[in-house]
Formats: sequence, C-alpha cells, structure tokens
Amino acid sequence: MRRIRTNAKLSLGFVLTVALLLTALLSTVWTPWPTGELDVLAKLQPPGEAHWLGTDSLGRDVASLLMAGAQVSIEVGLIAVAIGLGLGTALGLLAAARGGWIDELLMRGADLGFAFPAILTALLFTAVFGPGIEIAIAAIGLHAVPTFARVTRASAREVLSRDYCLAARACGRGAWDITRRHVLPNVLPVLIVQGTIQFALAILAEAALSYLGLGTQAPQPSWGRMLAEAQTFLFSAPLLAVFPGLAVMLAVLGLNLLGDGLRDLVDPRLARVR
Amino acid sequence: MSPLFLARRLLTLLLTLFVASLLVFGVLELLPGNAAQLLMGPDAAPEAVAALAEKLGLNDAAITRYFHWLTGLLRGDLGESYAYGTPVATLIAERLALTVPLALLAMALAALLALAAGVFAASRHNRLGDWLVSALSQLGIALPNFWFAILLILVFSVGLQWVPAGGFPGWGEGVRPALQALALPAVSLAVVQAAILARVTRGAVLEQLHEDYVRTARAKGLSRRSALWGHVLRNAMVPVTTVMGLQFANLLAGTIVIENVFYLPGLGRLIFQAIANRDLTVVRDCVMLLAAMVVAVNFVVDLLAAWIDPRLQQQGQRA
Repeated sequence: MRRIRTNAKLSLGFVLTVALLLTALLSTVWTPWPTGELDVLAKLQPPGEAHWLGTDSLGRDVASLLMAGAQVSIEVGLIAVAIGLGLGTALGLLAAARGGWIDELLMRGADLGFAFPAILTALLFTAVFGPGIEIAIAAIGLHAVPTFARVTRASAREVLSRDYCLAARACGRGAWDITRRHVLPNVLPVLIVQGTIQFALAILAEAALSYLGLGTQAPQPSWGRMLAEAQTFLFSAPLLAVFPGLAVMLAVLGLNLLGDGLRDLVDPRLARVR
Repeated sequence: MSPLFLARRLLTLLLTLFVASLLVFGVLELLPGNAAQLLMGPDAAPEAVAALAEKLGLNDAAITRYFHWLTGLLRGDLGESYAYGTPVATLIAERLALTVPLALLAMALAALLALAAGVFAASRHNRLGDWLVSALSQLGIALPNFWFAILLILVFSVGLQWVPAGGFPGWGEGVRPALQALALPAVSLAVVQAAILARVTRGAVLEQLHEDYVRTARAKGLSRRSALWGHVLRNAMVPVTTVMGLQFANLLAGTIVIENVFYLPGLGRLIFQAIANRDLTVVRDCVMLLAAMVVAVNFVVDLLAAWIDPRLQQQGQRA
C-alpha cells in the first residue's frame, strides 16, 4: 500500500512537472498566438475554436499567455532555489562542521530569517528599489536560505556522527576534506527533495508577488498578473480568473508530489508515517 | 517552567528583535538618493525638500536616527506618516483592529479543521478516510490562497450573492456585519494552513500511536479512543504547536495578499499603500511590527511546547 502510494505520488508528480517544463520550453519557440498581439475587437471572448481558453481584456490569447507564464515561473523557481540552495547549504555545512558559537550564531540567524516571510522581504526591498522580477527573485531566494541551512545542518550533523566520518577524522583528515568527500554527497538527496519543495514555494510566492504588482511587470506574461487583471472582470468573464490559478496549482502540486515521493524514497522511516 | 529556560528564551527573543530592527532600518538606509526628495517628488522646491529632511531628521547620522527610532518604538512613538499626516501608531492601531482578528479567526479555523482531519486520518491509517484527507491536503497545500479567495468571491459574492465581494464596514457597525466581511478572507487564509497542519497532525499522531506507552496503555485495558484522546493527542501537540507558530508567519504574510484581494483596510494593505506613497516611516514601522509579531508568536509557541513536553527545557539548556 505504502509503495503504491509512493509510486503514485512520484509518477503523478513527475508527469505534472515534466508537463510544466515542456510547456515552458515549448513557449520559447511556439505559442498558439503571439503573446504580445493585442486584438481589442476580440476581447474577453469565451473559450472556443480560435482561442482554446478565450481571450483577456486586451484580446490576447489566454492559452498562449499561460504557456509563456510557465516560462517565468520556471525561471523564478530555478534562480530562487539556486540562491537558497547555494547560500543555505554553505551556511548549514559550516554550522555543522564547526559547531560551537559559529553554529549557534548561524542558527540564530536562520531563526531571524523566519521572522521575514518572502512577501514581507519583497515589500521591504520594493520600498527601496522599486518593483520588479529581480526583487521578487532575491526576496524568494533569500527567504529559502534559512530553510536550506537548517536542513543541511541537521543532515550533515547526522552524517558527521557516523563511524566512517569519525574514522576519517582519526586518520587526520581536515573538516573541509571530510565535508567535501563524505558529508556533501550524503546530504545531497535530502537537498534535492528540499529543492523540489522550495521550487514549488517559489512558484507560489512569485504568483502572489506578481498578483500584488511587485513581481513580473508588464508586458511580460505571468500567472499572478493574469489573476490580478482577471479580478477586474469577475462579473463579465469569470473564467479568466480560473485558468491562471489552476496553472499555479497544478505546477505546485506536481512539484510537491515529486518532492514527497522522492522524500519517501530517501527516508523510508518518514514514509512509514505518511 | 524553569527560570533558566525562560531567561534564555527571553534573551533570544530580545536579541532577535534587536537584530531584526537593525536589518529593517539598514535595508531602508540603502534607498538611493535623498529620501525627502523621493517623498515630495522631483518637482518639489529645494527649500521644501530641505525643510522636510530636517523634520524627518534625515540630516542626522544614521546611528542617531536608528537610536531615535528604536527609543521611539519602545515608548510607542512611531513617528508621523508623511502621506496621512497622522501618527503612525494611531494608523497602525486602526489597521490592527482588522488584521489581528482576521489572523486569529483564520488560525482558529485552520487549527479546528486540521486537528479534526489529522486525527481522523491517523485513526483510519491506510484506509479510504486517510487517503481522502491526504489527497485533499495535497491539493490544499498547492492552492494559492489568493486564487482560492477569488474563487470564493466568484461563488459566494458574484454567484450566490450571500456576502459582499470586499470591503469592511468596521466594528462600529456591529460584530455581525464585520464578521460577515471577514468570513471569506478568513476561510481563504485558513484552508491552505489547515492542509499543512492536517498533515503534521496526522504524522505526529501516527508516530505517537507506535510508541510503547500506547501499547502499555492499551494492554492495561484502555480503549483506542481513550488512549488517543487521553495520551496520544497531548504528546502529538508538540510538533503541531511548533508548526502552528511557524504558520503564523505565513498567515500574517498571507493577510498582506488577502487584504488586497478583498480591499480590506488592514495592516497588509497599509504597507502596500505606504510603498505606493513612498511613506517610508509607515513601511519601516509596519514591517518591524509584523516581524516582531512573528518572533513573539514563535516565543510563545516555544514556551507552550516546553510546557507540554518539559524534556524540551532540558534540551534547550544543553544546546
């Protein structure tokens, strides 16, 4: 039963994530209609043969905008996770390898990071630098640093207490050498799982920030901005508000399922209570 | 609770707040150019800009301004809003009268839903009920709360016309209309948090159900239900309350978005408007307040977890 559930989660997560990646890739070379093409005479059309998911208030093809929006989500997710993973892993490894006051200082710093949710950080940055996708990415990426640092530290400490690490230390190997040769390869699976989950969170955060006008700026298509625009036409074109949200949900669901499935494989003990 | 544990946690709280204040002040100091010029616009007369800079204390050194702000915060004097022309403390107090009840309502709703669903799923482990709760919580976690809010507006305001699509009449108009206006925002905030919390509750209850003490209690003749409600749930509450504390941060961040979806005059919308107006005093105070609220809630959650499981106090002392 457990194995079936893990396999089902992994398979569904994999299919949804691959679909998201392929859509984003395809949108770089082809969309049903050009995303920048305005046709005010064909505005707010319901789904039909010419426009599969209808048109928005400027007559743009919704399906094409959704495809291009996937590209933005992937870009934001990738860069934000890279920031979080790079900085967080380095800090987590440092905390685990050094211990003592460095560990205490870094972990208290991580606690402090949790006091600033991504949206709050983005608002603070926007007040200084103005709105933009770069600000959103920086805020989302920085917000992920404490999570990666904590996960890395916890896993690294566990690896460092294993016999082969103690033996390597007894043989005179330095902390950096042990971390590079033994700790990093062993914490990598956990980081991949965490990366998948953070990717999903980044897509959600980007959509929220773009909805507020703090993320992706016009004319670049984004699922969050599409939702903000759709809210103005809730009475005349309610379907406009359905598709972008569904796209965000499916993308996040896919990544979460993939992350969950991978975690069950990496840590069967956790899978027992899932 | 041991006084040493309490003192350690209190010291950590104060230090965290101090560093958070440094960060908030520091980031806003990065603002390029003259803040007074930015507030008044490029066409403002140089004399007016100079007068505003003097009024805002911008001519002082950054360290002087920081301590002026910090001592003001401690006295409850948060300065004056440039855009509204009123004390920021009054402005924030007005907005908190909406944001705090909204966050508490959402948290209570989330906890209620999550505990019921989590315990239900755990008690039917690997059966249909468990599978359903797990599937629903997966969907809930993936749900963007602002999209869910829009869907609720579509159904309950546009379709059924049961509640208004947005706005807040104020508590002065009576509790019922105010709660009616907060119902959809609270539900949209609560559902996502409930989905996360239900998974945590289910996991924590299942983990406890496998412990030896449960087996002993059952062997002594205690029914499964009594063991679950009498022993398991209390021990499972440690991870659940910890996650609830962490969720409060997300909930407060969520109010910023949800208040904008429903046009609610709360703290989140105030920050948003302050950014649009370049009202940096308001931005600084609101961000600091929200961060302080998150830190304070986590402090309370730490104490609560240590009260539920006193072993945590010793771990804290050893760490």
